[in-house]
Amino acid sequence: MTMALITYKEAVRQAMQEEMRRDENVFLLGEDVGVYGGAFGVSLGMVEEFGEERVRDTPISEGVIAGAAAGAAVTGLRPIAEIMFSDFITIAMDSLVNQAAKMRYMFGGKAKVPMVLRMPGGSGTGAAAQHSQSLEAWLVHVPGLKVVMPSTPYDVKGLLKTAIRDDNPVVFIETKTVYNKKGEVPEEDYVIPFGVADVKRVGRDVTVFATGVMVHRSLEAAEILAKEGIDVEVIDPRTLVPFDKETLVKSVIKTGKLIIVHEACKRGGFGGEVAAEVMESEAFDYLDAPIKRVAGKNNPIPYCMELEKSAVPQVDDIVNAVREIV
Amino acid sequence: MTLSNETLISWYKKMLHTRFFESQVDAFFAKGMIHGTTHLSIGQEAFAIGSTAALHADDLITSTHRGHGECIGKDADLNRMMAELMGKSNGYCKGKGGSMHIADLEKGNLGANGVVGGGFAIAVGAALTQQMKKTGKVVLCFFGDGASNEGSFHEALNLAAIWKLPVVFMCTNNHYGMSMSVARSTAVANIADRAASYEMPGITVDGNDPIKVYEATLAAVERARSGVGPSIVEGITYRWLGHSKSDANRYRTKEEIEAWKERCPIKAFEKYLIKSNVISQQESDEITAGAKDVIARAVEFAQQGSYPGIETLEEDVYA
Repeated sequence: MTMALITYKEAVRQAMQEEMRRDENVFLLGEDVGVYGGAFGVSLGMVEEFGEERVRDTPISEGVIAGAAAGAAVTGLRPIAEIMFSDFITIAMDSLVNQAAKMRYMFGGKAKVPMVLRMPGGSGTGAAAQHSQSLEAWLVHVPGLKVVMPSTPYDVKGLLKTAIRDDNPVVFIETKTVYNKKGEVPEEDYVIPFGVADVKRVGRDVTVFATGVMVHRSLEAAEILAKEGIDVEVIDPRTLVPFDKETLVKSVIKTGKLIIVHEACKRGGFGGEVAAEVMESEAFDYLDAPIKRVAGKNNPIPYCMELEKSAVPQVDDIVNAVREIV
Repeated sequence: MTLSNETLISWYKKMLHTRFFESQVDAFFAKGMIHGTTHLSIGQEAFAIGSTAALHADDLITSTHRGHGECIGKDADLNRMMAELMGKSNGYCKGKGGSMHIADLEKGNLGANGVVGGGFAIAVGAALTQQMKKTGKVVLCFFGDGASNEGSFHEALNLAAIWKLPVVFMCTNNHYGMSMSVARSTAVANIADRAASYEMPGITVDGNDPIKVYEATLAAVERARSGVGPSIVEGITYRWLGHSKSDANRYRTKEEIEAWKERCPIKAFEKYLIKSNVISQQESDEITAGAKDVIARAVEFAQQGSYPGIETLEEDVYA
């Protein structure tokens, strides 16, 4: 396989371009996705290739962006809708939760809603409380939605292709602080199935389960800890719904210790769900210590950069949590 | 406009089907045979039937929580409708949707909706598909007067207007959003006035006259189909019964309700058909008896159906 070194952002763009070339029913809509290229430049250059019909600038109307995507999907297109910041999903919640997620079930299995709602999530840009949230737990809670949260260029490309080909509404949360991070990505067409976690680092002493940007921080922490003789296994679920319980349970059985790391507020966060899954599994008997959650503080994201950093887990927080547990 | 006798009679039948279907639902609800909630459109039949009559068979609709009439207008199978309301597996949604979620994708019915204003964006998206795939099909998006105060109304109308989408926004103005009158809830006199904000035509017609409704809808549908863009068609009508079953009618007078019952769209249409020599009184009586039979058969079909098995609970969450 020939590999290319590209950024996360380029990987997202390539996935969209390749799928749009493959299937004329795929199109992109969202605020400023055309000549502007999207707020983060993800779709830069796409309107030149595909035209304004398939790379559609929309008014600032998140509710109708998500709802029109659902309406287009149920009638035979495969829309990719971009929500400029994941925070703005609040405005599209009826379209997503009451409409798109439930159509198939409410209608007795008649409808298919093949749509992807892409949105950058997370903090770290100094943009304060309304442009920095990690709201994945809200979405995970809704039957009918799939929730994807890739951390690397390789994963984001393979998973976005799968999302576009999936016949369900998929919420695709991009990790905005790694948009410019590079990684190896095959030049050939490939997809990554949903529900398959990736062991980003094999280790034997402790399992660190992390999502989004926390995967990178956990890997950094693991290198620091390796020097102290602590061997950390880092697991990235990649998709939260469906969730690969098996890979996690196997890892916890091996290490006997679990630390869950996410950027979202600890209270009601996805980490609680992960902990419960492990507690209900055969891995319970193998736990040598209480499960630990290293997560965002239960407050809005503040503006001041130093305060912002302290609101979400940093490498040191993960290192310290591991030291405490082993 | 010349409408064949056959066409007019088919509308009359559909209006009667809607009336008798809902009267039966009302009776079953009172007996506890239909549960949850149900929103009946008795008194509003002319708008649902006259408007959907302006569509081709493969055109699309989105409808509302009070959407039985539009389903019937779009040629829904009354048997499966009644079965669905009774929660049976031979219903439209295998007993998982009920009154507020009847959908018939094969016939272009993209579903009723339990959320006021929930259908606007879906209709606009469906219209986008028709435009992008150049199908020549049109979407009728039904909504009530109350829904026009939802943000989704404004987002959808604006998008439909700027993209010139083949959609017509059909307002069933029955004077009340639950208890809140249009006069109290809405800053404009007619919902169709709101079309001006989106540079689209807005027309208000007598919603109890199926021919007027048909003509106004047809003009808007032809405009949409030719690519010129969307419109609002508003029909003024009245909901005879309560908003749902818990309604004690505290917000309106008996006199007001009685006055609207005097303007029964079905009685008026019958009178028109007889006066125009489309049918005789005797034929009308036969058609009425036939419509009652159709509903009786629907009840029989529904009663023969079984409840969905527990094993179906988790089916169809995902495709």
